[in-house]
Amino acid sequence: MAADAKTQTGISMEKKIVLSAQDLSIGYQHKKQNETIAQAINLAFEESNLIALIGANGIGKSTLLRTLTGIQKPLLGEVQLNHKNINSYSSSELAQNLAVVLTESLPPSNLTVFELVALGRQPYTNWLGKLSPEDLDSVNKAISLTQIDGIAHKKHFEISDGQLQKVLIARALAQDTPLIVLDEPTTHLDLQHKVNLIRLLKKLASETAKCILYSTHDLDLALQLSDQIVVMTSNDVVQGTPEYLMEHHAFDKLFNDKSIRFNSHKGGFVIR
Amino acid sequence: MYSQKRNIPIFIILGIALVMAFLLNLSLGSVKIPFIDVVHSLTGGEASKSTWEYIILHYRLPKALTALLAGMGLSVSGLLMQTLFRNPLAGPDVLGLSSGASLGVAFVILGAGFLPGILSGFFLSPYGIVLASTAGSFMVLLAILVVSQRLRDTMAILIIGLMFSSFTGAIVGVLTFFSTSEQLQKFTFWSLGSLGNLPWEHIIILAVVCIAGLLLSAICIKPLDALLLGERYAKSMGINFKKTRFIIILAASLLTGTITAFTGPIAFVGLVVPHIAKLVFKTSSHLILYVGTILSGAIILLVCDTFTQMPGSEYVLPINAITSIIGAPIVIWLLMRKHKPV
Repeated sequence: MAADAKTQTGISMEKKIVLSAQDLSIGYQHKKQNETIAQAINLAFEESNLIALIGANGIGKSTLLRTLTGIQKPLLGEVQLNHKNINSYSSSELAQNLAVVLTESLPPSNLTVFELVALGRQPYTNWLGKLSPEDLDSVNKAISLTQIDGIAHKKHFEISDGQLQKVLIARALAQDTPLIVLDEPTTHLDLQHKVNLIRLLKKLASETAKCILYSTHDLDLALQLSDQIVVMTSNDVVQGTPEYLMEHHAFDKLFNDKSIRFNSHKGGFVIR
Repeated sequence: MYSQKRNIPIFIILGIALVMAFLLNLSLGSVKIPFIDVVHSLTGGEASKSTWEYIILHYRLPKALTALLAGMGLSVSGLLMQTLFRNPLAGPDVLGLSSGASLGVAFVILGAGFLPGILSGFFLSPYGIVLASTAGSFMVLLAILVVSQRLRDTMAILIIGLMFSSFTGAIVGVLTFFSTSEQLQKFTFWSLGSLGNLPWEHIIILAVVCIAGLLLSAICIKPLDALLLGERYAKSMGINFKKTRFIIILAASLLTGTITAFTGPIAFVGLVVPHIAKLVFKTSSHLILYVGTILSGAIILLVCDTFTQMPGSEYVLPINAITSIIGAPIVIWLLMRKHKPV
């Protein structure tokens, strides 16, 4: 099913492909043998698209994200960012093409929201990290796009989790990259904030023509608000529009448990 | 919101305070020397009494310069470690760097007898002691680094530092058991800590190494800012983490090792001064904190040194006692307001 992802997903020709993977095998290299977590992965992510990555816990979402962001080398195949092998980028080049939002909590510091967002300009600033007028422009633009103007002067530990997620997204925006990858940005948030956050990502993808990839466990939100979804199961990794994937029962195999079933009319899981 | 202009008046005030503290340090001591004569002897003019000029140029000026350099170096070393280990309570003495330096020096002073003549001659020279003590603090930092990568818990690192201190203390204890009373006396005097009695040639070595350490720290200012978000974010913003970490560790051990080699262990300065700078400037920008830490570190150690030689008093108190009396309550206060990360 994953072999010819492009024909299935109906990718239009006008939009630029930002990130793609051909015949990718991911996993870990041990001394003698390779531990393969998933193989024959074919993916193509376009600009202006919001893409959700879903899969059960422990299925290898993090490994896939690590491979797609160039932290980990693939066992086979390659990941192409802007039609160039991601592992051939220098670290400063990569920083200008890929920004990340991580789940880990920030170390203690006195950073204000503004200073935190401004750190996103590091790949462009001089050796002292001084912000030029253009850098300040990007920072202010990122702050207004994410609507955090009101808290810009606050310390990063004084704001709520939902606000902090927005601030971290603003930092990634300020980094001015065609691709942003977020690792489970909606954890620790309530439903209202989850919806707001994914809506914000959707808006950013279409307004800034960026490709935004995020991993999540909230399938219902992903179905309603993403342009594309990548479903990771123990058998394969499939990419497609929400409608296409529902038609092809891609979500039925998401959990290895007969009591949890996907109901395509409701667009969510039913527990028996 | 984020203006560096606000800080300029503070920098000017600190600059003036530094000059004042330096001159005050020179004019106070067991012999009272009028301020105007201090300025005269410094500017190459003649003081009213030639003994005063001698005291200033050969006793007080070297001591003030040592205080200046040690204050700057230890404080910057503390700032580097607080950011690298994501731990507001990190510092050269807390993490056991000073103990590592002590161990290096103890090996050299107490163990020199076991080495052949030429080697022991080299190791007992100031260069040898600097080398041994820098190597000692470098080893401790490397060990802490290895442990800190296994343990994500930042508080555990402090306990490890404490363990290193006891460990090196014990080894020094064992070494003293096998050394002559003459060696022991030399080591005991060193370990009490003193900013004075350094000949000019030692001060030049101290100054050169300190400036090298401060320059190495300066090239880390931007990566240090990135490290405020943690290692993974820093890497994602194009920072070469391994290289940065190596430079930070090299700079911190050069500064702590060399200063400890010449002055003996000085507690709390490296831990407390970066916090004072953070409180004064209310920022996390390492460019501002770096300059702020250098200035306030120098001022604070000069003032502490002035306290050790109260005017009219015959006695000179150990510098370590003064920094601990002032530093320990500040650390306790910092811990009490821990809910506000600093």
